[in-house]
Amino acid sequence: MSDTDIHSQREAPPGTAPAAARELRTEEMLVNMGPQHPSTHGVLRLMLRTDGELILEAIPHIGYLHRCAEKIGENVTPVQFVPMTDRLDYLTGMNNNHGFSLAVEKLCGLEVPERGHYIRVIMCELNRIASHLVSFGCYGMDIGAFTPFLYGFREREYILDLFEATCGARLTYNYLTIGGASLDLPEGFVERLAWFLDYFEPKIDEYNNLLSFNYIFIKRTANVGVISAADALAYGLTGPCLRGSGVKWDLRRCVPYEIYDRFEFDIPVGVPGGNAGIPPEVVVGDSWSRYYVRMLEMKQSVRILRQCLKQLAGGEFRAKVPRTLKLPAGEVYLEVEGVRGQLGFLVVGENKPIPRRVKIRGPSFCNLCIVPHVCRQVLLADVPAIVGSIDVVMGEVDR
Amino acid sequence: MGSILRKVALPIFLIGVAAIMGIAWAPALLCGTVDSMRDDLGTWYKWDLRGERPTLTVGNIRQYLEGSIEGQFAPAAHVRFGHSTAVAFAYVLWPLQFRITRDVLAVVGVVGFVSLFAMFAIWWERKVAARMQSRLGPMRVGGWHGWAQSLADGLKLLQKEDIFIEGADRPLFRMAAYVAFVPALGLFIALPFSAAWIARDLDVGLIFIFAMFGVGVLGVLIAGWASNNKWSMFGAMREACQMISYEIPLGFALLVPIMTVGTLRLTTIGDLQSGGFQTWLAFRNPFLLAAALLFFIAALASCKRAPFDLPEAESELVAGFHTEYSGFRWALFFFAEYAEMFAAGALAAILFFGAWHSPLPAAWGESWRHGPLWQQALHGVVFSGPLWLIGKGIFFVYVQMWLRWTLPRIRLDQVMYACVQVMLPLAMLVLLANTFWEWLVPSRSVLGMAANAVCTAVGAVAVLAIIGISIYGFVNRRRLVGTLVVKHLPGA
Repeated sequence: MSDTDIHSQREAPPGTAPAAARELRTEEMLVNMGPQHPSTHGVLRLMLRTDGELILEAIPHIGYLHRCAEKIGENVTPVQFVPMTDRLDYLTGMNNNHGFSLAVEKLCGLEVPERGHYIRVIMCELNRIASHLVSFGCYGMDIGAFTPFLYGFREREYILDLFEATCGARLTYNYLTIGGASLDLPEGFVERLAWFLDYFEPKIDEYNNLLSFNYIFIKRTANVGVISAADALAYGLTGPCLRGSGVKWDLRRCVPYEIYDRFEFDIPVGVPGGNAGIPPEVVVGDSWSRYYVRMLEMKQSVRILRQCLKQLAGGEFRAKVPRTLKLPAGEVYLEVEGVRGQLGFLVVGENKPIPRRVKIRGPSFCNLCIVPHVCRQVLLADVPAIVGSIDVVMGEVDR
Repeated sequence: MGSILRKVALPIFLIGVAAIMGIAWAPALLCGTVDSMRDDLGTWYKWDLRGERPTLTVGNIRQYLEGSIEGQFAPAAHVRFGHSTAVAFAYVLWPLQFRITRDVLAVVGVVGFVSLFAMFAIWWERKVAARMQSRLGPMRVGGWHGWAQSLADGLKLLQKEDIFIEGADRPLFRMAAYVAFVPALGLFIALPFSAAWIARDLDVGLIFIFAMFGVGVLGVLIAGWASNNKWSMFGAMREACQMISYEIPLGFALLVPIMTVGTLRLTTIGDLQSGGFQTWLAFRNPFLLAAALLFFIAALASCKRAPFDLPEAESELVAGFHTEYSGFRWALFFFAEYAEMFAAGALAAILFFGAWHSPLPAAWGESWRHGPLWQQALHGVVFSGPLWLIGKGIFFVYVQMWLRWTLPRIRLDQVMYACVQVMLPLAMLVLLANTFWEWLVPSRSVLGMAANAVCTAVGAVAVLAIIGISIYGFVNRRRLVGTLVVKHLPGA
């Protein structure tokens, strides 16, 4: 690395620094952050080019969790592939099942019965809350607060209990499947869910008191890793990362799928500081906004769930799906609003039970692309703050 | 560049340690030795003169040799052993064995206390953290609430392989753990548990302890340097700049009570606060209260406790300076950390919060000391110095734990900002204000007494609030932890 290069990275022209300061200039250091590192959320590896505590460049290296998910999809039937989708973003198994099932149903022209729709929405929104709870807790951990992590997991436990009662699994569910859900809701599910919603809603304020509006937390995350709306769109960010930058875009509302048009809910977006209880340090598109959008989304999910419970219809929970479902020739690409952004599935059929091609658009993968752009001229402690606020799950990035 | 540094690092380090110890220790040890010699001689002299036992006592031999008494017994010794032997015995060996016994006892006591306290504190911190996080913490080892968990962990760590990674600077790597641990132990030499329970009552006890805190940083620096790991290096550099910055406000905060009491001898400072809660130094005037707060925050930063735990920031630096350490060397760093935590808490208690005195005036207990046995026993519990000091130390350690499990971590630039831009000017201002206060406001004046009353009330409310919240949390623990955990509580 030549002399001029370093100075151009530091954004200070060589002439402005006094001669003594240039004499004291230290060497740059390449540091490997990950794949085994407490705050890279799995196996993300970041190559950091640092000048002391200053990060000049952060280059993500991925692929440590590659499991050939798409290739497996081309070798098994869609029903067999549903369990594989659980393992993409292992925190949002239900949403993944749902997205893939929708794509296959669209390709085959299957109709899902009314109750099946509601079960799907209930499960997706519950899983959204569960995933955001993990995200909230881990983000606290990235900033150095340990307790929110356990608080998040405490409430997530109730949701996992509900899932366990429904389908027997707590993490990889294989529950929402082609044509609806694989089982009906268990006895007493509605009452338990209603109790949980009443219990959970005040807890969000508890989290906000503990972490979101903590002075140190705001100082650490507000105005850190700011992504402008233009940048967010240019890099293809979706989900809370996009909404944190102030873009009001949510597929559930903007391109309604499933039965989301029947519910009333808001799309929370990043708001400039000083408005309506938002701390004055906050800038639209910073880490705090991305984090806070998730907290608000949990409240919206609770709203949707309450309406679901009111409207929940009886009847069949799964359409009649033939034993060997033949995928007609043609291709379908369908995106749903996953927890971390738009989760897309491309399924190409060729009149056989096994698809010709399965392609997955993982929101974490696209969101991760912005890391090198944002992690520039920041401090070392800001890297976990930024990567944590983008909230990637490596299972989905590497697939 | 790196290889040259590697070669000169050891000499530079040794010279540095020698210089710091020379500056910090030499006067301290000298004063302490001379003082204690004088005290020792005086005590024995009196003890020996008191009884009229016709035996071979040192005092008698000494007096005979000095020609001040005539006796039937002393010449016998003189004749039996010879003059020079008697001199050596009376003036060198006999005092020496007292001093050696005393020092051995002190060292054993200090090491024992620090080890036991560190083990207790590690277990306790895990329990405190667990309670705050709706968990149970260690529950298995030893039966009752996993009390033997630290013991089991210690045994496990002893058995672990002592790993040196490739490229590590072995001698420095070995040394770092000791350099971190020994000062943390050494500062207890001058730390009074009560006016009598002190290993060495130094004239400059406070400076000695302060210096020991400073030497401990070297261990962290060496560990980071010798580990051949970039994360460790980051941790060490953070520790260096954080410690060096925070020692300045820490020192200024310490100067405030020093100026009020006019001595550096910790036992004297402690005994000046024996008149009950309202005579504790922190409640004497508002500036001392502010200094107590500043001292506590700066001590947090010096002990690298959250929210200032940047040198070992887990989410940023893996484990910071001790990333490459394993087994008992790693444990030594932890022992040092907990010892320093307690020392910081105890120092806060000694300087600001009544040292080893109970909140009741010590004079109330005077009559109990000579009363019947039950009164003496009651006095021993209620007015016991070591009990109160350890209790206060543990209270401050508990507050440190509370902060750790509540607050997020501050960023490095914010740590430096808080030190240089906020704490340092504030500490200077408090020092200046206290100067004028002590100069212009006599403690017996109306203003002085009013300030004392207000500060006492504030302090009482704060202490009661902290204790009250803790008790509330403990009493309502089953409701607060949530039904899922209660399912697994013993007896549920």
